[in-house]
Amino acid sequence: MKKLQSTLPNMLLSLMFTCVASGVILAGVNKYTAGPIALSKAEALEKAIREVTPEFDNDPLGEAYKGVSFDGDSLLIYPAVKDGQTVGVAVDSYTKNGFSGEIKIIVGFDTGGTLINYSVLQHAETPGLGSKMDVWFRTDKNRQSVIGRSLAAGYLSVTKDGGDVDAITASTITSRAFLNAINRAYSAYKGTGADATTGATTKEGGNNE
Amino acid sequence: MSNIKILLNGIIRENPIFVLLLGMCPTLGTTSSAINGMGMGLATTFVLSCTNMVISALKNLIPNAVRIPCYVVIIATFVTPLQMCMEAFLPSLYQSLGLFIPLIVVNCIVLGRAEAFAGKNGVIPSGFDGLGIGLGFTLALTLLGAIRELLGTGKIFGLSCMPEEYGSLIFVLAPGAFIALGFLIAIINKIRKV
Repeated sequence: MKKLQSTLPNMLLSLMFTCVASGVILAGVNKYTAGPIALSKAEALEKAIREVTPEFDNDPLGEAYKGVSFDGDSLLIYPAVKDGQTVGVAVDSYTKNGFSGEIKIIVGFDTGGTLINYSVLQHAETPGLGSKMDVWFRTDKNRQSVIGRSLAAGYLSVTKDGGDVDAITASTITSRAFLNAINRAYSAYKGTGADATTGATTKEGGNNE
Repeated sequence: MSNIKILLNGIIRENPIFVLLLGMCPTLGTTSSAINGMGMGLATTFVLSCTNMVISALKNLIPNAVRIPCYVVIIATFVTPLQMCMEAFLPSLYQSLGLFIPLIVVNCIVLGRAEAFAGKNGVIPSGFDGLGIGLGFTLALTLLGAIRELLGTGKIFGLSCMPEEYGSLIFVLAPGAFIALGFLIAIINKIRKV
């Protein structure tokens, strides 16, 4: 077969045909994979919730509600209920203060406001420095770990800001951002929003403003 | 030229990274570890072989003046479903590689081979060319990734080879990629001349 000449009808037809065929294929694959993608995302989220909360027997994804953090943002809160009793929550939190872009975490609290566990869902921090936050804040060394700390007494902040959490070496900005995300999660959970009476507590956090 | 020769040509004589110096952006960006490099390389190999064959089959139906947009659409039509399938059925692989998959669309190796080889040759040789260039790319990326991972964190493929403290962070970051790639190309040029 001879190669098609570059005449206007030829060009229009071949471009149109390519695009239509491509569109049909994409739509088909999208339809076919949309279900499994949603399923695997929900599974990953539930696994993350299971990791950061006490054992539960309800469906946290279905019972999620929204809470307002101290800076007026609404965050998703997944309650963990066992035998009809709320045992804790997982809060889907994020911060925009990261060294490079958003940091998304999920934090679990028990009903008393003690941090049970956290999981970093997404970040773009410097590899080898800020990216250590995944393990740094759960390592039981000096004052690094945030696991088991109670936020009921006040928000967390790094030692440089007068707090009592050791920042990641050479990554104070990431550490501040990470703690900011945790503080936001807690305030959303407790409902101590911007207009609540605990405005002073917010200030004590140092890095929250 | 026999098909085997075309295949080897892509891996050694016309290695896209060390000889042609094509596709430097994904090369430097994704090789922070050996496994990332290999994953990126294999995904590119798959896309490259498929697009080479399809473009070679359609080459007479595509007028010269609009061939580039047609090629780009065809390449994107392979990459996007690959990404969707990966996200749906291999979520853990997608988590570590997902960021790089869309980069394949704009990888100049894929477009370059479509233009330089598939647009002029038959379907079977084009498939072999895609496979060869893809494997050469994979080999180069894995090698570079392994070197950077070893010098940066003391590991290869996640297995410890030396204490992490001996690693130098610069090799995990972008400058280390340039340094390692420069030395690799120098060494390979020296070997090729002998």
